[in-house]
Amino acid sequence: MKKLVSVPNLLVAAVLLLFYGLIRFGLEEGFVDDYYKLNLFLICINIILATSLNIINGMTGQFSIGHAGFMAMGAYGSAIMTMKLGYPFPVGILVGALAAALAGILVGMPTLRLKGDYLAIATLGFGEIIRVIILNIEYVGGAAGLNGISQYTTWDWLFFLTVATVLIIKNFMTSTHGRACIAIRENEIAAETMGIDITRYKVIAFTMGAFFAGIAGSLHAHYFYTIQPTTFGFMKSFDILVFVVLGGLGSLTGSVISAIGLTILSAFLQEYAELRMVIYSLLLVVVMLVRPQGLMGTAEFSFAGMRRLYERLTGKGRGAGNDTAVG
Amino acid sequence: MEVFIQQLINGLSLGSIYALIALGYTMVYGIIRLINFAHGDVYMVGAYVGFFATTQGWGFLPSLIISMVVCAILGVVIERLAYKPLRSAPKIAVLITAIGVSFFLENGGVLAVGAKIRTFPNVFQEVQYHFFNGTVVITNRQIVIMVVTVLLMLLLQYIVHYTKTGKAMRAVSHDTQAAMLMGINVDNTISATFAIGSSLAAAAGVLVGIYYNAINPYMGIMPGLKAFVAAVVGGIGVIPGAFVGGLSLGVIEALVSGYGQSLYRDAVAFALLIIILIVKPSGLFGSNVREKV
Repeated sequence: MKKLVSVPNLLVAAVLLLFYGLIRFGLEEGFVDDYYKLNLFLICINIILATSLNIINGMTGQFSIGHAGFMAMGAYGSAIMTMKLGYPFPVGILVGALAAALAGILVGMPTLRLKGDYLAIATLGFGEIIRVIILNIEYVGGAAGLNGISQYTTWDWLFFLTVATVLIIKNFMTSTHGRACIAIRENEIAAETMGIDITRYKVIAFTMGAFFAGIAGSLHAHYFYTIQPTTFGFMKSFDILVFVVLGGLGSLTGSVISAIGLTILSAFLQEYAELRMVIYSLLLVVVMLVRPQGLMGTAEFSFAGMRRLYERLTGKGRGAGNDTAVG
Repeated sequence: MEVFIQQLINGLSLGSIYALIALGYTMVYGIIRLINFAHGDVYMVGAYVGFFATTQGWGFLPSLIISMVVCAILGVVIERLAYKPLRSAPKIAVLITAIGVSFFLENGGVLAVGAKIRTFPNVFQEVQYHFFNGTVVITNRQIVIMVVTVLLMLLLQYIVHYTKTGKAMRAVSHDTQAAMLMGINVDNTISATFAIGSSLAAAAGVLVGIYYNAINPYMGIMPGLKAFVAAVVGGIGVIPGAFVGGLSLGVIEALVSGYGQSLYRDAVAFALLIIILIVKPSGLFGSNVREKV
């Protein structure tokens, strides 16, 4: 059992708080203009999405590619609460997340019999079904979507929810339950033989993943004023999947790094709209060809690991530069 | 009753297109266990090659054949460059690569030919045949689609069951290691599978161009997914299964649209997929394989 208050933990907390304060100051003083703000917010939302999908795909090894459906549940659930029913934002977030979690249970339960590619295609189908159903509900605006959602998502909400998500998922990962999930990923049959309740943990993984995706959806809806069913199509699911796989399945650090990196890359390529997706897709293929296990594999960032790396590269002094990656 | 028959006809022609694409999915999945997400985009490329060939004044049949040849080559190139180096990599890496290739073809297509919708030349003057006092209509285009599909299907059955390549494909699909030991060139067999599957998708692309008269670089996404659903419904890896799955999916979709629920068309297709997966995960024609420890 590691101590809660230790030098590395305090260091990480200090760096995070410093970062939070700097951005907050920048936003108030106008150093951080709207363009940077937009991308900063996108990065945070993408981090939540990537790490939440990592619970299902990376930790538990259940291949799910319908994550945008859960995000849609969160976005619509929270928007209905704040916009249509007039509840405050925190209630909206909670209801959105719970609605998504419920969808997670519903998806998790029947698809438990499925494995690998079959599960993938079934979750893809579920994501699409959620989208088509939303598309057909007049109450939430059908294809036109919901417009005029209040912009409640502030830097405070975004930052602390992102940090909380990453922290909770990291702690879950290193807990008994998280270990059980990892055991299922490594070998389902062996895990079952060792007495792990596979069904239970798969449902837990789906529910948790969906819950956090719901939070990301709420934040998304209350930042962009407007949501449409097309926003949550399977292209979005693929985007999230790419974060996870590129970062390394099972590596939380990897998910965070690739969510940051890819969001920045796509912001940078925005200027070359035509070429953007071509370059993005080529990059994806090349990275997979060169490093199929993802950038980080299953490795996590740690101070001990950094020290080892430093000692191995003695004198080279190649800094870490990803302190923000661990909450 | 007339509505039912009319939608059955529409469904069978739409289903033929799904079936042609589904055949490529099922063959590739059967041989290397990969959901080739780029397959729907090969179908799109096929439609464009057919478009350019017909606008050059070529007839229907030459355009169809050119499109099939070009896409067969494209399929082999994709396999050699993107999938072959990853044969021993984790499955998810290959799947992501397939998604990457799919994005590349779509957006490369936008870059090359523009995002706008193109109108396919009128290869056949539309002729309508009326039945039941004019309440049921069948067009010559629908007939061409169904006839071409059945012919290609028969040709495929011949290739798979009566040629050396087909025998090798079945062997590799059954057990790659053993096939290798028996002296089968696995790489070439996989390439042949991609070539055949891609050419069938190209044929579907040309047919859809003729049927709907409109093509665009993103046209491959939905039919690609639907065709995969069709392949799974029929039992992935089983060639007649893909055919039956494609046709039934087309018919079900047409019936849903015909009875006024067209907005739920896509949802019905995916709901069907999930029901099939839960009730009979191996598909209608698949045999149940138990996992061995």
